Amino acid sequence: MSARHLPRLIGLLALLLAACALPFVLSNFRLFQFSQVYIYAIAILGLNMLTGYNGQFSLGHGAFYAVGAYVSAIMMDRWNIPYGWTIPVAGVLCLIVGFLFGLPALRLEGLYLALATFSLALAVPQILKYFEHWTGGSQGIVLSKPSAPFGLRLNPDQWLYFVTLGVLVLLFWLGANLLRGRVGRAIVAIRDNHIAAEAMGINTALYKSLVFGVSAAYTGVAGALSACVIAYVAPDSFNVFLSVTLLIGSVIGGLASISGAVFGALFIQFVPNWAQDISKAAPWAIFGVFLIGFMYLMPFGIAGGIRLLWIRATRSRVQQEGRSAVPSQAHTTT
Amino acid sequence: MRRTPLLLALVLALGMAAVSTVPAGAQTVVGVTATEIKIGNTNPYSGPASAYGTIGKTIAAYFKKVNDEGGINGRKINFITYDDAYTPPKTVEMVRKLVEQDQVAALFQTLGTPTNTAIHKYVNQQKVPHLFVATGATKWDDPKNFPWTMGFQPNYQTEGRVYAAYILKNIPDAKIGILYQNDDYGKDYVKGMEDGLGAAASKLIVLKQSHEVTDPTIDSQIINLKNSGANVFFNVTIPKFAVQAIRKAHDIGWKPTHFLNNVSSSYASVLKPAGVEASRGLITALYTKVVTDPQWKNDKGFQDWVAFMKKYYPEGSLEDDSNFFGYSAAVLMTQVIKQCGNDLSRENIMRQAENLKNVELPFLLPGIKVDTSPTDHAPIQQERLAKFNGEYWELFGEIFDAFHK
Repeated sequence: MSARHLPRLIGLLALLLAACALPFVLSNFRLFQFSQVYIYAIAILGLNMLTGYNGQFSLGHGAFYAVGAYVSAIMMDRWNIPYGWTIPVAGVLCLIVGFLFGLPALRLEGLYLALATFSLALAVPQILKYFEHWTGGSQGIVLSKPSAPFGLRLNPDQWLYFVTLGVLVLLFWLGANLLRGRVGRAIVAIRDNHIAAEAMGINTALYKSLVFGVSAAYTGVAGALSACVIAYVAPDSFNVFLSVTLLIGSVIGGLASISGAVFGALFIQFVPNWAQDISKAAPWAIFGVFLIGFMYLMPFGIAGGIRLLWIRATRSRVQQEGRSAVPSQAHTTT
Repeated sequence: MRRTPLLLALVLALGMAAVSTVPAGAQTVVGVTATEIKIGNTNPYSGPASAYGTIGKTIAAYFKKVNDEGGINGRKINFITYDDAYTPPKTVEMVRKLVEQDQVAALFQTLGTPTNTAIHKYVNQQKVPHLFVATGATKWDDPKNFPWTMGFQPNYQTEGRVYAAYILKNIPDAKIGILYQNDDYGKDYVKGMEDGLGAAASKLIVLKQSHEVTDPTIDSQIINLKNSGANVFFNVTIPKFAVQAIRKAHDIGWKPTHFLNNVSSSYASVLKPAGVEASRGLITALYTKVVTDPQWKNDKGFQDWVAFMKKYYPEGSLEDDSNFFGYSAAVLMTQVIKQCGNDLSRENIMRQAENLKNVELPFLLPGIKVDTSPTDHAPIQQERLAKFNGEYWELFGEIFDAFHK
């Protein structure tokens, strides 16, 4: 780790500490909202891997979210399995389902894939009602909110906040390692030009299916966490709009950006509420205005917009420094 | 510097959190001041069930009328209603906002079965009155386990009991055939019927046939029911299948006493498509005045509602029963607050909601009254039967009380 990584690392650690301090400053309701932000961020990072990094469109990630939530809920409800175990199981199951769905999806590109995945989003709520014996039908499954273990003096909201934060940090760390390494470069190469990627020896079919699987796994874990936090699952929780919301989050946050997932999650959690505060009569019109405004001002998403601003700011500083100091020095260190 | 956006995201999040934290109020009575009482609500103003959102709008309009007329005991009603788009996670978030941040005194008419299920435990843990929920499920009447929740409209089991009471009294040689949808809705009706028949149930019910909501037709079930020799047909189906059932029974010449569940009592979407001739003589249970029914034109409650709609909610439809429903629910809530007098603690609000005796509501059929007690959290349990005379549902017979109170 070189010296230029250090400030970043310190910054991230400081943020993590700040995030850990939140439960002792904020009301339980706000903590609940932030838990939801983290859950959305995990789901959006999953979608982002698929859409942003790999160029495969999905309008059906709400379906994986639902599968994750139901896997977790059914395990807790039927077999009394502690929620902690249900989360990885939901992830692995969604990995398999996503991978299998990714295989036939290989034949579909762009809009056709978007439609195929959309059919998932449409079908899943109805399929859930069909297996009433397991899923509780349209009544869903009521769960108990998990409380803190080991006699920790945290209320359920505080504990769940830490659980979601912990899973978020773990999955973002794993995701960053995946996307910034060899595999990540292959994934991006397939998006940019799959023929060229294949010529370079990348097994595009395998990679695309794998990305689909990992993406679904992330979203499934998010779904499982949401089942714990909401303590209730029902088909109405996972309607088509959820898939659209996740896509909005990933585009607004910034496609092909890891931090973008957090921005996107903040957007889809808080902006609809603000829109409702501004106008009760037409909240979705206000939401639309926000959406268009963000897309117009930050066409590469919030993360992209901030990066652009940052580059502009540092570049002008470099240029100013360049006039006074030795220019070649700046180039070798940055 | 590629990680900078992540840093900024979290800084932003912290900032937002800091701005929006609200310290808990130090009031002794939550949600009440000398001049106002806060009532919270969620409704689907957007999403798949947004047609029901008009109920929330009607309630808001009614409380505005109450406030314009001086409020209740000098207090104005501050009605805070949020959109939950009929998605349970959003309901949880909005209800927590109402309870923990807005600090409402009570929740009222939160709409939907899955949405209310999601908050059922929470509101009872928080001990917040969860009054007159807008859903027909049976579970809201469970004061032992959920003492802070109270239903409103008659539930499916209640309606099933009403038919049972009629059959026991008027059709001594009944052989009952039942067709029901194989889910909670259908089973609730059947349970109501069986409970209402009591010990005689196993003898009187000769055949039960179920169908899935995904089935294309129910012809074979109707034929089986006819062949069973049933002379009473209890038809628990949603409109699409109700039309098929009425039609098929007519076509194969089966003429039982045909009880059609209220869910499918619509003239436009059931009786007319099934054919007026085939539908003549059907019996259903009603508890409300149907707004499009001409017999209520000169009814006081109906006329008051029309006047209210014109003044306070002119964009709302006068042909939508939901608007009459929301108006009547708001009248009932107003009654509870009035009964509370100056003690608007959550405990007293609940106590008064459990102490409603013989309250008439504008949309209830004449003679049907609201009645609650600490052990009875189902306010409306009376219904009347009506027979389709080829033009409209004609009321007949006395009022049936599902639980013989």
